Amino acid sequence: MTVDLEQFHAAFYDESFEALATMETTLLQLDVGAPEPELINTIFRVAHSIKGGSATFGFTDIASFTHSLESLLDALRGGTMSVTAAVCDLLLRAVDVLRALLRARQAGQPIDAQRVADLQFDLEVALAGRSAAAPAQPVPARVAPAGARAPSQWQVRFRPHRKLFVHGNDPLRLVQALAAIAEVDAQLDAQNLPPLAALDPEDCHLAWTLSVRGPIDSAQIQQIFDWAEGDCELLLQSVPAEPAEPAEPVTPPVAVAVPAPPPASPAAPSPPAPLDTSAKTQAANGLADYGSIRVSVEKIDELMNSVGELVITQAMLTQLGAKIEGPQAEPLRVGLAQLERNMRELQESVMRVRMLPISFVFSRFPRMVHDLAQQLGKRIELKLTGEHTELDKTVLEKIGDPLVHLVRNCIDHGIELPAARIAAGKPPAGTVQLAACHRGGNIVVEVSDDGGGLDAARILRKARERGLIGPHDTPADAQILELIFRPGFSTAEQTTDLSGRGVGMDVVRRNVKELGGKIELASQAGRGARFTITLPLTLAIVDGQLVSVGTETYIVPLTSIVESLQLSAAQISRISAQGEVFACRGEYLPIIRLHSLFGVEPRARALHEGLVVVAEGDGRRVGLFVDDLLGQQQVVIKSLQTHYGHIEGVAGATILGDGAVALILDVPGLIRGASGRAAA
Amino acid sequence: MHSPTPSLDATARQILTFVLGGQTYGIDILRVQEIRGWSTVTKIPHAPAHVLGVLNLRGSIVPILDLRRRFALEHAEYTAVTVIIVTSIVTASGRRDFGVVVDGVSDVVDIDAAQIKPAPELGAHGGADYILGLLCIDERMVVLLDFDRLIGAELVQTADTTDSAASVDAA
Repeated sequence: MTVDLEQFHAAFYDESFEALATMETTLLQLDVGAPEPELINTIFRVAHSIKGGSATFGFTDIASFTHSLESLLDALRGGTMSVTAAVCDLLLRAVDVLRALLRARQAGQPIDAQRVADLQFDLEVALAGRSAAAPAQPVPARVAPAGARAPSQWQVRFRPHRKLFVHGNDPLRLVQALAAIAEVDAQLDAQNLPPLAALDPEDCHLAWTLSVRGPIDSAQIQQIFDWAEGDCELLLQSVPAEPAEPAEPVTPPVAVAVPAPPPASPAAPSPPAPLDTSAKTQAANGLADYGSIRVSVEKIDELMNSVGELVITQAMLTQLGAKIEGPQAEPLRVGLAQLERNMRELQESVMRVRMLPISFVFSRFPRMVHDLAQQLGKRIELKLTGEHTELDKTVLEKIGDPLVHLVRNCIDHGIELPAARIAAGKPPAGTVQLAACHRGGNIVVEVSDDGGGLDAARILRKARERGLIGPHDTPADAQILELIFRPGFSTAEQTTDLSGRGVGMDVVRRNVKELGGKIELASQAGRGARFTITLPLTLAIVDGQLVSVGTETYIVPLTSIVESLQLSAAQISRISAQGEVFACRGEYLPIIRLHSLFGVEPRARALHEGLVVVAEGDGRRVGLFVDDLLGQQQVVIKSLQTHYGHIEGVAGATILGDGAVALILDVPGLIRGASGRAAA
Repeated sequence: MHSPTPSLDATARQILTFVLGGQTYGIDILRVQEIRGWSTVTKIPHAPAHVLGVLNLRGSIVPILDLRRRFALEHAEYTAVTVIIVTSIVTASGRRDFGVVVDGVSDVVDIDAAQIKPAPELGAHGGADYILGLLCIDERMVVLLDFDRLIGAELVQTADTTDSAASVDAA
């Protein structure tokens, strides 16, 4: 029977990338010198499962590399090698190589064999160095000459991990299996048994030393314990032939109730971690353990679409229901009201499916900060708060790059070198903080540092050099900070590979704007800088004001509306044939006549007959002249570009309760278009 | 931009015929998604004349084109019997759906590829590259249309020029 393994590849890649991310995070948590055994175990398990998976699918290059990695980790776990910064670095590089290998496999591209071989060599050198330094280690049985079929004696130190039972293993079964092929003498080691009050019956606290006699070889013993691989520490030692002892009856392990003096085992040094550590690690790995399934984004989008359709149909029915007369009308309306409530709940549930915690984006930063700090010789502490704040997947995907840019900027330009920090009376390690929280209907992400802050004088000098402002302009402080968001502005004295390519902050701001958000900057010289990004929770729904122009209905996003008012003739002045302005709170604002812009026959031509919606975009205000205001509602944004194309001044379209399509206005686009025409 | 195989290949043996200004046209039935009655469209600004507007098609917003204007025929009133054929073209950027307004849908006809006669040269002005061929069904001439060429080029052009304009604007 042949099984098509390819169908499982996608799952393998997904899981492996996730596992590598876990490994990376854990590695960064590892304290040099005094590592927590649980953390090393976690890393080992990850490497082990990738090895297993890749071997199953015949990815021998990955399996072989992971094997070397695993050997090194095993030495770390066994305590025969200590965790040094160099080893951590080596392991981090191994994570990178593994990721590259998996990516290449996934994309069907050739692998960078040289890089893999180099690192594999480094891993083995590190491991060999350990062996040379500690030659007194017992030789593991698996490298002992195999095939010794003669009656032999083995000592098996079997120390299950606490979670052995959870994975369905039973020490009794293992020992019985062993007893079936050889004589087994079991000694119980119960020294790790906690007091009764602290005992979790689902944890395994016992260990055994088994003396095995019989015509078996190490492979056979190994095979039995294969079931528990990864769940136990197993040390197999060949015992030099001794004068035959009188055969003892095989003692079933359950009968061993007398605590035997535990042999001091050099290779099993890891004492069980205190309860809280294990709980913590479990929480860290436990994300995908249960209660979740993988669903492709397309399926969720389909679901969203269907729900959107249902909402429209339901609105249609409600409109009809309001018109129906007769004895059945009342029950119908009650039913429709119920339907509306249920629909709203359904819509919210489906929206929530698309929401992901921002930790998906934040998780890449510890590694990045670690690497950058090393590269620049700076000491940086990264603080993350509000990682569990949830936001729409689409927003999440697009906010990653701007955040990376901001964090890089903080590290490159913001945080000073340790010496400079000490001179300024600050701790030598700088702090970069990433914080996310919900505020109103928005999500707020802050990137802040306690570095030198922005140097207003330097920004001003640079802006003059680049011709962004005139040589004698003296803008206010807030406007100086604004300058860094201008295209073509970069203050890095030296162009580094981190930032300073001149495509910096303007791209960040544009990306944030495309998401319907805004970015603000506050800076204090010598104290640090803070970027605040405010984003909508979702891109799929917008609160809109419906306006009518002639027979058409348009939607103005509520976030861009300042106010709506009816003009009196006295407020209106004409500047030229086309340019109409009106006075509003001490300002003269230009008027955009939507009907002439969109080629629609209006009901009101004279400005005082209709209404003006004062809207803001890109920091400028205009008055949009419309016939009437209709109402406010949440609308589902649909793309016009899927089947048609982009229209200037239109952000998208939506479907109204009666099934008709209404265009959603793009206020910043309208303003840009209007000023473009005025200039032309 | 165009798929190398014409949209009416050897495996497609059925065409949908429709009438426009007294002439019968045919398109590959496999490209037709649905046929629906006329309903008021939402106008879109700055659109080419033959794009009437957009309609809600089960959640997607699709443009509606007027083939009469495309063929420079006399304008007709849209009535309850006016029909929209919803179909799709394949472009480099993926599938695009659109509806075309026609006077009426006639029939679904089984055809034999051997029956298709090449389109006559209409000269430079005729621009007959969107005609796949001619057919004779029940002594009536049916013009087989290639929507990929007839509409694809224009829709894509509309989208591309506006897109590039937008990106220039943003840059």
